[in-house]
Amino acid sequence: MFKSPSILVGLEVGTSKVCVVVSEISDMGALNIIGVGQAKSRGVRKGEIVDATVASEDIRNAIVEAEQMANVEIRSVFLAVTGAHMRGFNNRGFHPVASHDREISDDDVQDVIKNAKAINLPAENHVVHVIRQHFLVDGQAGIVNPVGMFGARVEVDVHVLHGNYNRLQNPIRAVKGLQVEVEGVVFSGLASALSLLSSHQKELGALVIDIGGGTTEYVVYSGGIIKYTGVLAVGGDHVSNDLAYGVKVPLGRAEQLKIEHGSAVVDSSIRGQTIQMASGLGLPEQAINLEHLRRIVSLRLEEIFALIASELEAAGLLDYLRCGVYLCGGVSRTRDIVKLAERVFGTPASIGNSSSISGVKSALDQPEFASPIGVVKFGSFESKKRSDERKTLGHGFKQTLGYIFRRS
Amino acid sequence: MSNEIKLPDWENTRKLSAKVIGLGGAGINAVNHMIRSDLRELPFLAMHTNARALAQAAVSDQVLFGLELMRGLGTGGDPDLGRAAASEETEKLKELISGTDLLFIVGGLGGGTTTGAAPVLARAAKETGALVLALVTLPFEFEGVRRQRQAQAGLHDLRLAADGVICLPHQKVVKLIDKNTSLLETFAITNEMLAQGVRGIWQMLTRHGLINVDFSDLCTVLRGRQAESCFATAEARGEGRAREVTDKLLASPLLEEGQMLAEADAVLVSLIGGPDLTMSDVNRVMEQINRQAEKAQVIMGAAILPECEGLIGVTLVAARRSGRAKANADDSNERENLAESAGLSVSEMENPFFSSPSQTRPSPRYLPPPPDLTQERKEQLFADQGRYRSRKQKNVSRWRQGQLPLEIVSKGRFEQSEPTLHEGEDLDVPTYIRRGVALN
Repeated sequence: MFKSPSILVGLEVGTSKVCVVVSEISDMGALNIIGVGQAKSRGVRKGEIVDATVASEDIRNAIVEAEQMANVEIRSVFLAVTGAHMRGFNNRGFHPVASHDREISDDDVQDVIKNAKAINLPAENHVVHVIRQHFLVDGQAGIVNPVGMFGARVEVDVHVLHGNYNRLQNPIRAVKGLQVEVEGVVFSGLASALSLLSSHQKELGALVIDIGGGTTEYVVYSGGIIKYTGVLAVGGDHVSNDLAYGVKVPLGRAEQLKIEHGSAVVDSSIRGQTIQMASGLGLPEQAINLEHLRRIVSLRLEEIFALIASELEAAGLLDYLRCGVYLCGGVSRTRDIVKLAERVFGTPASIGNSSSISGVKSALDQPEFASPIGVVKFGSFESKKRSDERKTLGHGFKQTLGYIFRRS
Repeated sequence: MSNEIKLPDWENTRKLSAKVIGLGGAGINAVNHMIRSDLRELPFLAMHTNARALAQAAVSDQVLFGLELMRGLGTGGDPDLGRAAASEETEKLKELISGTDLLFIVGGLGGGTTTGAAPVLARAAKETGALVLALVTLPFEFEGVRRQRQAQAGLHDLRLAADGVICLPHQKVVKLIDKNTSLLETFAITNEMLAQGVRGIWQMLTRHGLINVDFSDLCTVLRGRQAESCFATAEARGEGRAREVTDKLLASPLLEEGQMLAEADAVLVSLIGGPDLTMSDVNRVMEQINRQAEKAQVIMGAAILPECEGLIGVTLVAARRSGRAKANADDSNERENLAESAGLSVSEMENPFFSSPSQTRPSPRYLPPPPDLTQERKEQLFADQGRYRSRKQKNVSRWRQGQLPLEIVSKGRFEQSEPTLHEGEDLDVPTYIRRGVALN
């Protein structure tokens, strides 16, 4: 069914680093990660490319590293996209069943999905995903597959993710400039959720928060389907920036301080403690109040969670997170961030791990890799679906964007 | 149902009379196009300030106005000249229009003649008791800011003066054409759209349908909703025509991909089909339109024509109510008044901003000329303007909110990037500063 030993590559051009994950896909469709590559990202702010030249250089470095580790040549990738311009919403389409016996046919299902996809969007926006949720037949909710059922009216709920076309094109352009094909794009929050959540967790209800360098993506699953997606253009960069301003150190040093001493919760026991910063590189010796440092970090992170929580509360989803909150992305390494998340969301929280995939252990354990691993997983669904068409059709961007993929 | 059967009914009352005025260069071109196509039955009238351009018109009724001001050389793009020329000859214009129930004014805004004269003409026509429907184009973006601004100002005036304004920005036509389309073809497309507008509305009113749409229905939709009206038409034949026609209709750039429908609060739909038009076709089309235009009052009509076998055509007029008209709408008399006035007699336009409309006042409709505005009117115009602006702003994306360069708090590395705004807060500014947490 698959051509040659299939290689799937997931690429994420993040704000702090570019990540490449190379995976083998077995005949059974199981994924095995055989290589990772990463490079510090310099041309990206808030998840979007601001310096294309530097960004493509970084992407090249990451790809080369991954190629060396996996000992393969990378020709095409699946790409994670994000940015403040991306929005998700639920839409419903309906369709009257026309046939005499009122049996719902495949055509009716296609029609109802087509209706659900008829969305009013500004011309410059492009739909990235249309994800099918549940069907309703004559108002009866929660139907997974209505074909063969009887009813007068089929409805379907879909979750639509869309973003600004040009801004979506930027990373794709950068990758294509390196003579690497982009097979498909996937919203990076969705990818993280794919890699972290098992079907059991999706069924019970879970929130995945991917706090990266420049953006925070969050995805809510409940009842096995996507309920809510969102992007907040705030991330680890903001924490560093706050620190740089608050304790008056250069940005690079603030980054380092954040990693070494940052914490999401301010403990009363650290009151009065200071950190001595060694002088070096022409910087003066400096004493920094640890409490201040942690307070700044904690306030920022708490705000991120609070914004997400208030948004989910407005959507009425806060009570559906029965499996809790799963964190990933670089910022999820912050000390005590799980405690903070538990406090804000009032549910159990944990750092997610991509347990459903085998391969290079170091990649699987790192929360930063959740999203590129999810991209690979998304790619495997996609290639399974497309393996038949692949022989005949070329892959334009138009085809790769705006498809439906099945409930996943 | 053939035309012969319905005729006696019409004769008993009175036949609706309409007239199409092609105003200015674009208007004359459009009228020429209409005459070349199948719209000969309507009486046409070409008007211009430029004698040479007027000579191009394929219409026998030609009016050159503003002769004293411009000696037949045109306005040179100055709307004030156009307005002055038309105002001087208001009486003459009224004479030309008298006895018309429905007046179409076709023209291109942005230049001098149409921009200036169309509102005057519309006002004059309304005083004679006609329903005035203006179909105007707006200039291309490349024609420059000044022309755009003139066009917008003209449009604003026209909306106040005419009963309905259907506006066709040329820029939207750009979306319909491909790279290789010649200039000539591009203009032919706009002309065809204007012609379709006139034809569609005319047919809607004159064809006797199964479910009839008449003049008073059109009045209901258009009157008092001058702010935004738009028009779209589509045709499809064969299998799956119902779906195809709705798809075409909703994809029409004139409806801004359905956006206009979603915002409309009155929609007039006219279906034309052959004898084989099925109930499910009608149902399917109407269901989609109703779904798109949730808020709107939808009036529908259907006509069966033997020559339309296998075909389904939909003509749609959608209107969004302006703020002022909302106040008017409560007036229950208005509809009757309008239908009556537009049909046969001249009636009084009731405007809540004027002192209570006394029954004794004989003046048919009080429409103040633009120069001497009453205080109330001024206030109202002012308010309208403000409303227009505020709606504009809503369309602008969230993150464009301006900020004065007063902040002392540096945003560090986010200085240059697009601010992350959440409910008016700039999230790029450190949280502890926004929360006012003291660090000491």
